[in-house]
Amino acid sequence: MAREDGRKADDLRPLVVKAGVIPNANGSAYVSLGKTTAVAAVYGPRPMHPKHMQVSDRAYLKTVYNMVPFSTKERVRPGPSRRSKEICKVTRQALEPAIFLDKFPKTRIDVYIDIIQANAGTRTAGINAASVALADAGIPMRGLIASVAAGKIGDEYTLDLAGKEEEATDCDLPIAYMPEEEKITLMQLDGDISPEDTKNVVKLAIEGCKKIYAAQRKALEDRWVPEVKK
Amino acid sequence: MNEENKTEEKKPETAEKPQDNAQAKGLLKKEREFVIPGDKIVDTMDYLPGRNCFRKGDSVFATKIGLVGVNGRVVSVIPLNESYIPKAGDMVIGEVVDIQNNGWVVDIKSADTAYLPLSGIREFIDVSKTDLSNYYDIGDAIYAKISLATDNSTQLTMDDSRARKFKDGRILTINPAKVPRIIGKKGSMISIIKSQTGCRISVGQNGLIWIEGGDEELAIKAIGMVEKNSYLEGLTEKVSELLGYKPGEQPAEQAERSKEENVDG
Repeated sequence: MAREDGRKADDLRPLVVKAGVIPNANGSAYVSLGKTTAVAAVYGPRPMHPKHMQVSDRAYLKTVYNMVPFSTKERVRPGPSRRSKEICKVTRQALEPAIFLDKFPKTRIDVYIDIIQANAGTRTAGINAASVALADAGIPMRGLIASVAAGKIGDEYTLDLAGKEEEATDCDLPIAYMPEEEKITLMQLDGDISPEDTKNVVKLAIEGCKKIYAAQRKALEDRWVPEVKK
Repeated sequence: MNEENKTEEKKPETAEKPQDNAQAKGLLKKEREFVIPGDKIVDTMDYLPGRNCFRKGDSVFATKIGLVGVNGRVVSVIPLNESYIPKAGDMVIGEVVDIQNNGWVVDIKSADTAYLPLSGIREFIDVSKTDLSNYYDIGDAIYAKISLATDNSTQLTMDDSRARKFKDGRILTINPAKVPRIIGKKGSMISIIKSQTGCRISVGQNGLIWIEGGDEELAIKAIGMVEKNSYLEGLTEKVSELLGYKPGEQPAEQAERSKEENVDG
């Protein structure tokens, strides 16, 4: 079945990853997948205020996911919503296993993710950007995290659902994956799916994550190892 | 003189190395190769994980973006970007942000603020009769030594010949990971910048640099160049070129200074 933008079922949207886009942040990254664009900025580790929220044996990871008002056709009301709160939480839980938070007790690490254009798959784009930004900030990590969604349209397993595909699919299953450790740190599911299909959809998503991981690596290399050395 | 020392040191190393190579296996990356977090550097137990590395199973992985460093049997990652982590003995530049009953709270651009207690001052201060802001007021920049650095607190002391309050000049912020390159081997880089620009410069290990007097703009340009090109080898020569310094030739100001020193001596 042809997809609305002419991709094959196991293709990602055109992917752009850049590191170090915000000079005032300790680390930052830009990720765009087709018409979905996310920018992440990392600040810290820095003093944790209010003090009663300090965690005595590790850093407090704060993730803020925000869709800017002009990111969709219909204006998004600014401020936290039920949906954005949920995504903040799953993003934090997706990133936490990758970071050595115990190296910075009683501090905080802030990750701000802004979605400047949304066309499905914003939480995965946000996680991709956040993971590059954390590495860019020099925060010790077990590995990068790549993230992408997959689903099933008709009989075909489909990678990186975009636009109206999210409505056409039987299920929408975003995962976040650590390619080096081969571990899944986020898995959500919308819709119905059989156990057999689940395996295949996850497998397809993992393949997608590996492609994204390669782009993330290249972005960091381009930022920190200038042309002169190559 | 340095070169002589080097050749002497090298001899025992070369004698040991063939043996090392015969035993140590499993290094997957070249020295000075770029790695990102999670990259496997070693897949055997022949090497130990050093700075910015961790062991899992038999392998050693990187935890930060950086360049691989191999020192004997220890592999480490030289970071390209990092936030400052206080270490006892470091000289840092900080800004006084609060005055308390028994000392000052100082922002040293690290994860937590540092504390300069009264015991860190070389003179006796009677707290009941003195206003502590006469010594260091809020907003003052100071050059201090870290006397204690634990997970819970960072303490400063002014009990060091280099420690002082800055009254003039300006402060630059650079990436703390680049500070070793700014200083250079045994201070070679910073002494060239100092002598060629005539500036007084104090470098804090936390990435803050104080500059005063002389050709400040030129010094800032040179420091910016070092920070930007820190991965290059032979950087000292490039900076010398920018500053018009010819090795072997003693710059005018330095000559004057050494004359003065001789007179004093």
